[in-house]
Parts: sequence; structure tokens; C-alpha cells
Amino acid sequence: MQDHSYLTHLEDEAIYILRETAAQFEKPALLFSGGKDSILLVHLALRAFRPGKLPFPLLHIDTGHNFPEAIAFRDQLVADLGERLIVESVEDSIKRHHLKETQGRFPSRNALQTYALLDAIAANEFDACIGGARRDEEKARAKERIFSVRDDFGQWEPKLQRPELWNILNGKIQKHHNVRVFPISNWTELDVWNYIRLHNIALPSLYFAHQRQCIVYQGKLVATSPFITPQPTDTVVHEWVRYRTVGDMTCTAAVPSKSTTLDEVIAEIVQTNISERGQTRLDDQVSEAAMEDRKKQGYF
Amino acid sequence: MHTLKFITAGNVDDGKSTLIGRMLYDSQSIHTDQLGVIKQQSKLQTGEIDLSLITDGLRAEREQGITIDVAYKYFATNKRKFIIADAPGHEQYTRNMITGASGADLIVLLIDARKGITEQTKRHASIGSLMGIKHAVVAINKMDLVNNEQAVYEQIVSDFETKKTELNYKTVAYIPLSALLGHNVVNNSGQIDWYEGMALLPYLEQISVATEASEKEARFQVQWVIRPKDDAYHDYRGYAGMVLSGSYHVGQAVRVLPSGLESHIKRIERHQKNVQSALTGQNVVLHLTDNLDISRGDAIIKADSQSIQNRQDAQSWLCWLDTAPLQLGKTYLLQHRFKTVRVKVQALQRTWSIKEWHFETADSLKMNDIGQVSLRFSQPLAYDSFADVASNGCAILIDDTNFNTVGACMFL
Repeated sequence: MQDHSYLTHLEDEAIYILRETAAQFEKPALLFSGGKDSILLVHLALRAFRPGKLPFPLLHIDTGHNFPEAIAFRDQLVADLGERLIVESVEDSIKRHHLKETQGRFPSRNALQTYALLDAIAANEFDACIGGARRDEEKARAKERIFSVRDDFGQWEPKLQRPELWNILNGKIQKHHNVRVFPISNWTELDVWNYIRLHNIALPSLYFAHQRQCIVYQGKLVATSPFITPQPTDTVVHEWVRYRTVGDMTCTAAVPSKSTTLDEVIAEIVQTNISERGQTRLDDQVSEAAMEDRKKQGYF
Repeated sequence: MHTLKFITAGNVDDGKSTLIGRMLYDSQSIHTDQLGVIKQQSKLQTGEIDLSLITDGLRAEREQGITIDVAYKYFATNKRKFIIADAPGHEQYTRNMITGASGADLIVLLIDARKGITEQTKRHASIGSLMGIKHAVVAINKMDLVNNEQAVYEQIVSDFETKKTELNYKTVAYIPLSALLGHNVVNNSGQIDWYEGMALLPYLEQISVATEASEKEARFQVQWVIRPKDDAYHDYRGYAGMVLSGSYHVGQAVRVLPSGLESHIKRIERHQKNVQSALTGQNVVLHLTDNLDISRGDAIIKADSQSIQNRQDAQSWLCWLDTAPLQLGKTYLLQHRFKTVRVKVQALQRTWSIKEWHFETADSLKMNDIGQVSLRFSQPLAYDSFADVASNGCAILIDDTNFNTVGACMFL
């Protein structure tokens, strides 16, 4: 489709939601991971609020297992924009709450991230957290609201969810409740990429093809890193890869790719017949309802 | 082409899940890993996949037997992008259907060819019309089970044609199909050879749902005031918001409501660039020639606009969404997009039977009920009738203690 009017429509919808968040909440924050969806959110927020300052800080829930490229990109972006960044460390939350790490070869801190997020919400008294989740990602997300009300444990309680009619967003909450806001709910993965291309938005180099040493695990390519060291039985390859999603180094798989430009990346995504999460996440396939369970515990 | 948002109405027995599954599957919108899960779950001995599992809900829903209202599905063809609002069909989920229908461009009414128009069809058709949907497709499913007989189709068409006079649909299309076998869903199948119209998906790809906005009824509500308060933008004062209807241009004479003060548009910005005009659906920042006291929720309309109401009372449709019934005389909050006021529902005039399509007298409004009420606001509200300017004629009712959304209002 050469017609970009649907992207303009999605953009207008997202800006509307961001302004509504700023207007209705006392202390919102924008969750920033260094991944493409949160980079897109920052771009949209600038469109919503410039020439003013952003009416919320960026909040990074730092698992300690990040790709260095994503962290470098984050710091550069924040410096360029002159906006405020708050980093909440999962490592600190693990120590504070004596949390147990997941065991195994590819330990995911996905579940533990929830603790750091709730710590950050409590310490900063955030009443709304803006995130880049999309309804097309996963079926537990397909029923998510734009303004998703959470109780004081951060839990997603299906029965707490309010009907959302037209595009009137009800952000009024009881004390100690808070809201997760999803401005790009109606975007698909391809919409995100097409928008990034249309506006030439800079992304971390991880998203484009590069050479990397990986081990092959159940058909997936996992980069070797300080967290993942090859064992004698591993098949180690040196491959041209890129990342389709950017999560933790411990549980995000690379995909074989020679795509070095946005056009090539988009052509590749159009061709692929495997979903974003299915292809790149080592932690979502553990159980059919893995995401549903994490969300109920307060995950994004 | 504009993305088409449509709602599917009907229940599992009518083959709704199969129809949605068929559209997603045949348009190649299901990824192979997701298909793998579905294949594992399909216990069909023939080895075929059960398409209805594509729209299967959450584990919590299966366990608790509840339905967490509307699920959204996304797919695209070479011609158009689609959003499906998939809402459960049973009567106890009317409120979910109301939610899914709000803002939809089109409703697909699914009918089982063997059963014809049922009470449920009437309920769904009625809700769609009430919520302002202008386009309907009557999808007559399971044609294979009536030997693809034209007479069955003709009977349903004629039944609906006589009934629809009471509804406000601009266009209604009748498509005979079989979701299970894929006849007339994505492609015209040769099986229903007497039918010369389009298959469902090609029909949805080409239908134009754009509404002609009346230029006089331009509507803009201030969502957010941008005041940078730094040296570079010392005098900057911009009113950010979305054009809800019509258009605005630089130099235009405008009036601010509820104050009634008048001014002119000095400048319009879209994404920090100056533009000459602003159109429906666009987020823009307006600057006025005069320094007026304007805050969030105020309306900026054309100075010669006549039809808008600026008053403290209203007659309204009210769809009740909460488990606790409406309490007359109690104070609720009313959110008219960016402006929230206190409101009392002073009287319940009558209720609308969505099954029988007639008004009834009633003394209470319970969950899933729809009625007409008299409202009184704590301060003036600049609103339109929903029929004239839908985007400025709707509001939600909020409980003022737990802040749940309890009602949907459409002003008369």
C-alpha cells in the first residue's frame, strides 16, 4: 500500500491519547526500553507536546541484561532531547525483595521486571505509565484497553476494566490504583516499521543486519554475551543477523538476515510468516497463557 | 483508503468465529506459529483446522465462563486495512456490543440461513443503528445447509428490507455465504451461482464510509494548552486538540464556548509546522488573535455556527453499562470528551426495547438497558445532537466514587 493515510490516522490517534494522558493524570511516565516501539512513542510524544517540554519523564526498567547498543542509543537520545530519564534497576529490586532468579540456560528477568516497575511506581508516585504494547502482539493483549486500570498490586483484573466508548478515555482512578496507557494499541508491527521509514526515525543498530557470534538453541539464534557463554555441546555459528525485537540479551533471539536498510527490513517482515514474539522470544512459549499470567501479576 | 473498523454481530452458533477465522486465514493474516497452536488444539479427525479457534479467548474467560468484552483483530489486504471489533452476541453482553459498536464504520449481521431473522438479529441491528453505524452487511451464513437455495436468501432479504425502515442504515448489502466452506467470503465461489453480487471481503474492501461533514458544524475542543514558559517561546500560547468535525482555516472568525467570547484564528500548527487549514481527525494547535482565558474542555467553533447547544440540560439516550442500576437524582460525572461536569439524571422518560423495537415505560434502567433521559449539568456544556455531529454529541457517565464508566450518552 503506497497510500500513507492510515499511518496519519494512527499517528493522530496516538497523539490524542498522549495528550489525554498528560491532561488527566498528575504524574505520568513513559516506559522506555530502547526498543523500536518505545522509540516510536518518544517520537509521537514530541509531536504531541513540542515546543513545550514533555509533561512526563522517560522511565527505563533496567534488567541489567540489556544490549549495550540499546543503552547507548537511549543515553544519546535523552541527551539530544534534553528530557528527563529515570532508570529503575531490576538488580536493586532483586536485592531489596530477595527475589529468586529464574533458573536455566536463558534466564528471563521478564517476570522480575514487574517488581522494579512497581517499585518505580511507588517511589515516584506515578499514576499512569505509557507503554508501547500493541493489540496485535498476542491474544492476551487483544482485549487490552487504551487506559488499562491496575489495582494497588499492579494487577490486570479483567473485571476492573472499563468499557471504552468512542474515543472518550476515562482516566479517573481511586487512590493507589494506577493506569497503563497504550497509545499504539491499534498499530501492527508493519505499521510501526512503515511509520519509522516514512519519518526516517533513527533506531539502534541491532535492528539491522550485522555479524554476530550465536549459539543455535532449538532452531533459534542466541547471541553469545557476558550472560550466555557457549558450552562444549553447543553449536556456535558466526552469522549475519538482525533483531526483530529488542529485549534482554538472555532471552531474545536474533533472526538470520542481510537486511541493512529500512526498505530491506520491511520487505523481510512482509515475507515472513512467523509472528514477532514467536520468532524472537524464548520466554513466551513456556505456556500457552504465559503473557496472560504475567499481565495479571502486574507486568506491562 | 480509510481503515475500515467493523463489528461482527452474531453468536458462535451462527458461525461468527468461523467467519472471522476464515477472513483472517484466507487473507493470510495468521502467522504459522500461531497456526501451529491452533492446529494442536484442533481435534478434528479430518486433519482440517478449526478456524473458530483463531478467535478463541483468554484462559481466564474459559475458566470463569466470562467474556472480557471486545477483542480486536487486525488484518490487511492489498486494498485496505481492517479492524474487527469482535463482541459476544448474547443478550447479557449487550453492553459489550455497545462498546464494540461505538466508533465502528460498519456492522456485519450474521444470520443462520436455516433460522432466518431472529430476536438476536433484531437486537444487534437495533444497537448498531442506535450507535450511529451507517452501513450494514447482512451475511446469510450456512447457505450450504439449505442447498444454496435462492428462495431462502430472498425470503431473508425481504424480511430485513421491511424491518429496516425503522433503522438508520444508509446502505445494507445481503451476501449469501458459507464461512465453513469459504464460499463468498474472500472469493466468489461457483457454488451459489445465482448470486451476482460481491463476496464479503471484496465488498468490505471497496465500501466508502466517509461522512460528509457540514462545514458550519466545525467542532474543536481544547485538549491541552501548550505554554512552554521559556525564553524562546515566551509568548507562545497554543490550544492543542483534535478537529472533531468540519474544518478550520487561518483568519476564520471563531467563538469560544461556554464563555461566548469571539476572536480569529491567527495561526494553525500541525506537528510544529504552520498550515493554512485543519481537517476532521487532525491534531492541531490553534493560536487566536486575542488573549482569552481558555482552558481544557472549552469549545472553539465558527462564529456563525448555530446548531450547537450551550446549556445546562439535555435530553439524551442512555445505555446503562454497570451492574448497579441507574439511580435517579444521584450525582454522577459526565465526561464530554475533554470536559467533565457533574450531572444528575432527573427523569427516565422511556426505555427502548431492542428486541421488539418499540418504546416502553419503565421506572429503572439496569445493565444492558437503553432509555431516554433528562439530564442536568453542574455547568453549561457545548454539545450537539448525536444525529447531527456524532463526535460532539456523545459522552460517558462515570460513577463518582469508584470512577467506573457506567453509562453511554448520545444527546438527542
